[in-house]
Amino acid sequence: MERGNSAMTDHGFRWLMLICALTIFAIVALIAWELFVRSQLTIHKFGLSFFVKQAWDPVNGNFGALPFIYGTLVSSIVALIIAVPLAVGVAVFLTEMCPKFLRGPLAFLTELLAAIPSVVYGLWAVFILVPILRNDINPFLMKTLGWTGFFTGPNYGIGMLAAGVILAIMILPIISSLTREVMSAVPHTQREAVLALGATRWEMIRMGVLRNARIGIVGSIILGLGRALGETIAVTMVIGNRPAIVKSLLGLGYSMASVIANEFSEASDDMYLSALIEIGLALFIVTIIVNAIARLLVWAVTRGAPPRVA
Amino acid sequence: MALPQKPSKANYIWRMFANHAATALAVVSTILVVAPLVAIFFYLLYKGASSLNLNFFTKVPAPVGETGGGMANAIVGSGILLALSSLLGVPIGIGAGIYLSEFGRGGRLANFVRFTADVLNGVPSIVMGIAVYSLIVLPQKHFSALSGGVALGIMMIPTITRTTEEMLLMVPNAIREAALGLGVPNWRSVLAITLKTASPGVITGCMLAFARVAGETAPLLFTAFGNQFWSANINQPIAALPLQIYVYALSPYDEWHRLAWAGSLVLIVLIVVSVALVRYVTSRGVLKGAS
Repeated sequence: MERGNSAMTDHGFRWLMLICALTIFAIVALIAWELFVRSQLTIHKFGLSFFVKQAWDPVNGNFGALPFIYGTLVSSIVALIIAVPLAVGVAVFLTEMCPKFLRGPLAFLTELLAAIPSVVYGLWAVFILVPILRNDINPFLMKTLGWTGFFTGPNYGIGMLAAGVILAIMILPIISSLTREVMSAVPHTQREAVLALGATRWEMIRMGVLRNARIGIVGSIILGLGRALGETIAVTMVIGNRPAIVKSLLGLGYSMASVIANEFSEASDDMYLSALIEIGLALFIVTIIVNAIARLLVWAVTRGAPPRVA
Repeated sequence: MALPQKPSKANYIWRMFANHAATALAVVSTILVVAPLVAIFFYLLYKGASSLNLNFFTKVPAPVGETGGGMANAIVGSGILLALSSLLGVPIGIGAGIYLSEFGRGGRLANFVRFTADVLNGVPSIVMGIAVYSLIVLPQKHFSALSGGVALGIMMIPTITRTTEEMLLMVPNAIREAALGLGVPNWRSVLAITLKTASPGVITGCMLAFARVAGETAPLLFTAFGNQFWSANINQPIAALPLQIYVYALSPYDEWHRLAWAGSLVLIVLIVVSVALVRYVTSRGVLKGAS
């Protein structure tokens, strides 16, 4: 009697845990399904041209997502250009150079950056970062790099560059902590071997560590990209929210996530709503692909796969 | 690696220079990374602390143009939302973690679930917002605290699942075998022995997930929606601290900007305290009982 009961509860418990695990899968499937169903209107009406059209005219029901895709891509690329060298620098410093007593506190500080909510970054960007950009950095960029065409036009302070800078600060911790993880996974024998050949510390890092960890580092960069593509609130607060494609980084832009955040609750008719949800669907699919690639790359290095020696 | 045949003086100087330059660059980038953090905390303290007063914690928002007023309803609202999300996210997250480590270990299904959890972790929070909007808000035809809690709860699940799994995997098998050898049923052995042993780590995971969703704004925009008045009804729109900060920061009123800084300070203190707590607990040895 006792035994029969506990065998049954055992079985039940196992099933319950399995259901919990399957819930995760169900949630992702449900999100995809909901987004797909609710965006049918625009998918049918515009097809793929939705993603290459520039028009964004809710009044006449004419929708194209190109300005938002452009804004998301450009702000994310600016963020990566700023964040990647810094993140790798921090990771190198923390794993290879830093005196022991500093390592703990510094690692904690960079982790804290990851814990700050997006809206607080946004608040800080609006009131502190944007004035600095407007008064000091943007005039300097216009004077020295104005000839490239990327830094021209009216200087609002807000705009693509501001969005890129705040995104860079936000994705730094994730890139640097994963890069650190990957670099610590490089076996010590690699470092010792390079040092034994008479290399300086930098040569050891370059040949012994970075070269072996490069796949994982690329993975962590892509993961940072995934985070940047989907970041909403802080970007919405500083990107300027104008659906236009401007070459200058000082110009105003709009991103996929921020158009949803701004216009979703005022989307009156079904076509408008469907257009916004289709943008959400596109964002969902892109971030899934980006994250999947990144995870596979990071796993390949940290999961005991022998590091490639080239 | 092409080494020069004869080590020349110039080559030596170049290598030493490169070495020092690299060190300097690494130090500079570390400073550049820490600088915004320090700047953010400095301004939060500077602008937030001067605006914090008793009113902030006891009053609801004042109408435009009037001074005074606080965010009491938003603080309570955030509490309700986080309680709802924990009710949903913690049991499912831990359950899935238990499945991954205790039952599905190494299996194809477990790998698939693990991968899905990582994917879910990367889904942008705004997308979560519109998905929950069309799942719950549209059929119900009104915004509600419940839908906000569901959106946040879903976002907690992947973090909790992955940390629970990792922590359970660190529990030595001898402990499981000892429990089973004494005739303890498997489910009790999992809950009372394995999970208990790993509990500091599991709690860490829950706190990290909690800290992450506590500051989320995007998923609440079209679910919890925000509310200028007191509301504890989970079927009604409810105020939340991050939402209130967002609205106030974008408003043209100085008084509201002041409140936004104060709200951010409160939010960040809440989050930093929980992260620091987590770090303290983990640094003292996650599996004290086990090893």
